[in-house]
Amino acid sequence: VAHTGRTVGRLGEGDWDGKVSEIKKKIKSILPGTSCDLLPDTSHLPPEHSDVVIVGGGVLGLSVAYWLKKLESRRGGIRVLVVERDHTYSQASTGLSVGGICQQFSLPENIQLSLFSASFLRNINEYLAVTNAPPLDLQFNPSGYLLLASEKDAAAMESNVKVQKQEGAKVCLMSPDQLRNKFPWINTEGVALASYGMENEGWFDPWCLLQGLRQKVESMGVFFCQGEVTRFVSSSQRMLTTDDEMVILKRIHEVHVKMDHSLEYQPVECAIVINAAGAWSAQIAALAGIGKGPPGTLQGTKLPVEPRKRDVYVWHCPQGPGLETPLVADTSGAYFRREGLGSNYLGGRSPTEEEEPDPTNLEVDHDFFQEKVWPHLALRVPAFETLKVQTAWAGYYDYNTFDQNGVVGPHPLVVNMYFATGFSGHGLQQAPGVGRAVAEMILQGSFQTIDLSSFLFNRFYLGEKTQENTTM
Amino acid sequence: MAAPWLSLRLVARMWNGTRGIHRLGGAVVPEGNQKKERTMLQFLTNHFYDVEALRGYLLQREMSKVHMKNRFRDKEWIRPDKYGHFSPEFWNFQEVPVEAVDASDCEINYEGLDNLRECVLLKELQSLLLQRCPHVDDWCLSRLYPLADSLQELSLAGCPRVSERGLACLHHLQNLRRLDISDLPAVSNPGLTQILVEEMLPNCKVVGVDWAEGLKLGPEEQPQDTASPVLA
Repeated sequence: VAHTGRTVGRLGEGDWDGKVSEIKKKIKSILPGTSCDLLPDTSHLPPEHSDVVIVGGGVLGLSVAYWLKKLESRRGGIRVLVVERDHTYSQASTGLSVGGICQQFSLPENIQLSLFSASFLRNINEYLAVTNAPPLDLQFNPSGYLLLASEKDAAAMESNVKVQKQEGAKVCLMSPDQLRNKFPWINTEGVALASYGMENEGWFDPWCLLQGLRQKVESMGVFFCQGEVTRFVSSSQRMLTTDDEMVILKRIHEVHVKMDHSLEYQPVECAIVINAAGAWSAQIAALAGIGKGPPGTLQGTKLPVEPRKRDVYVWHCPQGPGLETPLVADTSGAYFRREGLGSNYLGGRSPTEEEEPDPTNLEVDHDFFQEKVWPHLALRVPAFETLKVQTAWAGYYDYNTFDQNGVVGPHPLVVNMYFATGFSGHGLQQAPGVGRAVAEMILQGSFQTIDLSSFLFNRFYLGEKTQENTTM
Repeated sequence: MAAPWLSLRLVARMWNGTRGIHRLGGAVVPEGNQKKERTMLQFLTNHFYDVEALRGYLLQREMSKVHMKNRFRDKEWIRPDKYGHFSPEFWNFQEVPVEAVDASDCEINYEGLDNLRECVLLKELQSLLLQRCPHVDDWCLSRLYPLADSLQELSLAGCPRVSERGLACLHHLQNLRRLDISDLPAVSNPGLTQILVEEMLPNCKVVGVDWAEGLKLGPEEQPQDTASPVLA
């Protein structure tokens, strides 16, 4: 056996000096005075137990977290975890939204939600104040919404405005003459009636609201985790209804949150799960077993929310309508509003069912603007015949294919999954009210301030549509 | 005697200033003579108590002359007494419509404005002054539209929370003849805002910002009016 200067361990293992230094490091880390490196680092993982797990960190998820913490009867009484897959919010509907708020709906619940949201935004610095943080500037434009109706929609608009006024919204009806008087840049051809919101309507910066909510919610002690929910572990219970039919009730007791770019996951034991995943809510619902059953039964009723892509275009038009321009929604479904002081406008149009674009990516379809949006805009506002598109982006609607209104409240069979999704384009403006309603449902068992019983999941099975009859 | 003396000095200076800028024709007094007279008077007042007392007396006489012209229905104005209370004859005027409200430096807010405009008597309000009110912001301006039929003068000078977005709601006030939007720190581009507001209210004289102010800035300080904060 050849002798070298170095000692060699048995079986030719690696160098002894390296091992000794490792052992020395471990002993040092146990002794007080240095950080303990013995246990593996789990700071990026969510906690192992949480009372409420909110799937989705957009404006709705954060609003539910905020109200849960605000309405809890004892400080620190409820532990909330918000799981968000993408902390850059690159595809989240909140950040890509046009940011409008308006009360011109036909359902009283929608009007009340919007009115509450307006007062929430107005007093946002009282609701979302964080010590030592600067006050929030939402950049709210109180310019209102102007909805135009053709001959066939005029009667519906009149009755809607009556309901809106009853609920306390400040909306007025305008004839084509009054329209031309007030807004000389409108071409009133084909317009029979218009409704104009005078107060509490306009548009604001959704990012600011999101950041404000996020800041406040973190300061209230809500846990955040960047990860994806991959599995629900639930336990079932068979029960008999009064008609002696067997019903299987499920209760989710564990949520598996998978970390980014790794196979590592953390099972989070929980009591309540809130589905606020926006355009991807259906996948989360499917994970919980919602919709897995024979079609036509309650077990087989899926959550009818799917992502729908909508494009928003920004253009420059130097001779366009002036500072007083509200957000104008045309009879054709095209809409536009001003952006800033420099003659820039943004807008778009909801495509018809046949024109629905492919929602797998967020690529902007510029041809759609040329062929389907610009002609309608130029017809309504002749100044828009000469315009130049500056930029455009696309975002998702969490589109409820059943009746285009939100889903709020618990699922009848998976008893601890609550929904706060499916708002089909007006989630941002209803988020504060919906968050409060879900928190009341969880903490007090029923809706206390605004009654959203017509937005429960049951209606998909019972076939009762809670539908708006406006063009919004 | 200090107070009247100070106000006299201010009055003298301002008067001089306005004569200088707004000399729209008429008799042109050579400014040099004016200035010499003023400084001579100043000098004398500084050095002689008698001259100072005389000036004070003359100012009081001017003030009482103005008060005589500016009376409320041939009676003196009803003012609060030293305890801050108003005399009960105030109640005799309940049916008199209110023409002008000066709420400058008041802590009036969004909910308070509701009272201001819903009050039956304010159907004929012609002038509303909300200068330097700390809580008046864009939401409050959206509440002013019920005064559209009568309001002719509105002043928002110095309100720290009013921005150009709130000024957009003023287009309901088509009878407005004088609008003061000077010194609004929250407005991002005062010159451009002034132009847009003037376009929006063609019959109104918009006071406050010299729109040429924006043009004096160097090229690196030009306002960004084409790029919008796109959230993509």
